[in-house]
Amino acid sequence: MKLTRQEVQNIAHLARLELPEADMPAFVENLSDIITFVDQLENASTGDTQPMAHPLNMNQPLRPDVVTESDHREDYQRNAPAVERGLYLVPRVIE
Amino acid sequence: MDWEMVIGLEIHAQLKTASKIFSASSTAYGAAPNTQANLVDLGYPGVLPVLNTEAVGMAVRFGLATHSTVAPRSVFARKNYFYPDLPKGYQISQYELPVVHDGYIDIDLDDGVTKRIGITRAHLEEDAGKSLHEDFHGMSGIDLNRAGTPLLEIVSEPDLRTAGEAVAYMKAIHQLVRYLDICDGNMQEGSFRCDANISVRPAGRHEFGTRAEIKNLNSFRYIERAILHEAERQIDILESGGSIVQETRLYDPDKDETRPMRTKEEANDYRYFPDPDLLPVVISEAEIEAVRRELPELPDEKRGRFVSAFGLSEYDARVLTSSRALADFYEAVAATVSDKKLAANWVMGDLSGALNKDGLDIETSRISAGALAGLLGRIEDGTISGKIAKQVFEAMWAGEGGADDVIEARGLKQITDTGAIEAIIEEVMAANPGQLEQYRSGKDKLFGYFVGQVMKATRGQANPALVNELLKKMLAG
Repeated sequence: MKLTRQEVQNIAHLARLELPEADMPAFVENLSDIITFVDQLENASTGDTQPMAHPLNMNQPLRPDVVTESDHREDYQRNAPAVERGLYLVPRVIE
Repeated sequence: MDWEMVIGLEIHAQLKTASKIFSASSTAYGAAPNTQANLVDLGYPGVLPVLNTEAVGMAVRFGLATHSTVAPRSVFARKNYFYPDLPKGYQISQYELPVVHDGYIDIDLDDGVTKRIGITRAHLEEDAGKSLHEDFHGMSGIDLNRAGTPLLEIVSEPDLRTAGEAVAYMKAIHQLVRYLDICDGNMQEGSFRCDANISVRPAGRHEFGTRAEIKNLNSFRYIERAILHEAERQIDILESGGSIVQETRLYDPDKDETRPMRTKEEANDYRYFPDPDLLPVVISEAEIEAVRRELPELPDEKRGRFVSAFGLSEYDARVLTSSRALADFYEAVAATVSDKKLAANWVMGDLSGALNKDGLDIETSRISAGALAGLLGRIEDGTISGKIAKQVFEAMWAGEGGADDVIEARGLKQITDTGAIEAIIEEVMAANPGQLEQYRSGKDKLFGYFVGQVMKATRGQANPALVNELLKKMLAG
């Protein structure tokens, strides 16, 4: 399957990746090759196969509804570039 | 042209768990920013989510109460988008295989008609954090305490046709989740909020029109106004020859209008895929049955029982079952009072009025169910009349003690002594010779006047039935 340049640009945008114009032909080519390779799976017969949600054939273990965490805000916020009044500061986003 | 609205609602109900859906942080509201956000909630690399059993149980409870199918196997998926209050860059939600699907709820409309509204699905997901935009010198502040709080997203079929139906449906779900004790229903704190999908079509046409989604409606009044406004906007566009753009809009209650949301425009491609950090959730038939056995009596059942067991009217039963707390209060009062209608009138009348006046709700009532039952008992055993009871009620509300204390302290005990009442009647007759003569010459209407005089002379404390009986006899001469 051949991806268009527009599709690759859209995928990059959704992933917030900036791709240099000069590299675009190579990305279109390489991503198309990967999809073509995976496309072979379309030919596999899956009529009797149950769809899997996970490679491990196990069920999700559950935990009891108990609060065991305590406050470590100070430790965690040492990794943050900017904090104020307990909040993490980020470049302004507004709806 | 006549237009018809087509509305579907997505309700987000915050589940009342103690800890988060995938981590052991507290979900308590109102804590200092980021003090309830641990490494899982912050989306640190290398951490793994572990599912909260209570969140699953609550979803099952909702599923059973809405006649839905509870999926024996459901799957968590990642919904990918970038926003600073979503630290992982994806929200853990459910997509293809939700935990609950294909149910319904019956709603009551104003004209007494019942309408069945389909519930497409209800799935578990985690809430995001909160962004604050003011006072951070051009930056945004992020509080992640809410990140990871369990939500049940309840998606209706597009079965709603008017803003009134949408409100009735939202109220029915609100009532149900509180009965089930899975959500506190607090709309101010955002525990219960809703998005509305709205389209219009010419009346009689079968196909749906293009829809717009209105985000984050957190009051019954706003949802009604937002729907009315949005439908009007769409009709104006269509009638002037335009077409509707499928988009996400935000309702602004101050301006009473909806406007497009800028950021969500291009983010509609969420690239869902099964979350590799979580295994499929398997719920056995035995586990579902265990939840079914623990299911509380639901609003419709309770209403029916109030009518059949207590002889209440459909209307009274509906008011008294509007919340589980109110219904429990009424039942506690009615348990010791033999006149169930009297109990209903007091709970819906004087008590509700007093609660409203003081801005309290039934849980914080100044008079307990037992105390109110005590008061009504004194009406039933003839110690006081219904009229005096109102006076006693007010004193009890003001904190003067139980019914017996107030009756004793204020000397309100009903006069049931025949001799005492006869003496007062004689005084009244002597003081009103003119009226007495008129009455005896056939002016029956004056009977009420004499009753009034006797009650006045006894400060309302004479037993009314006894006054009537004795007056009739003595006035006749």
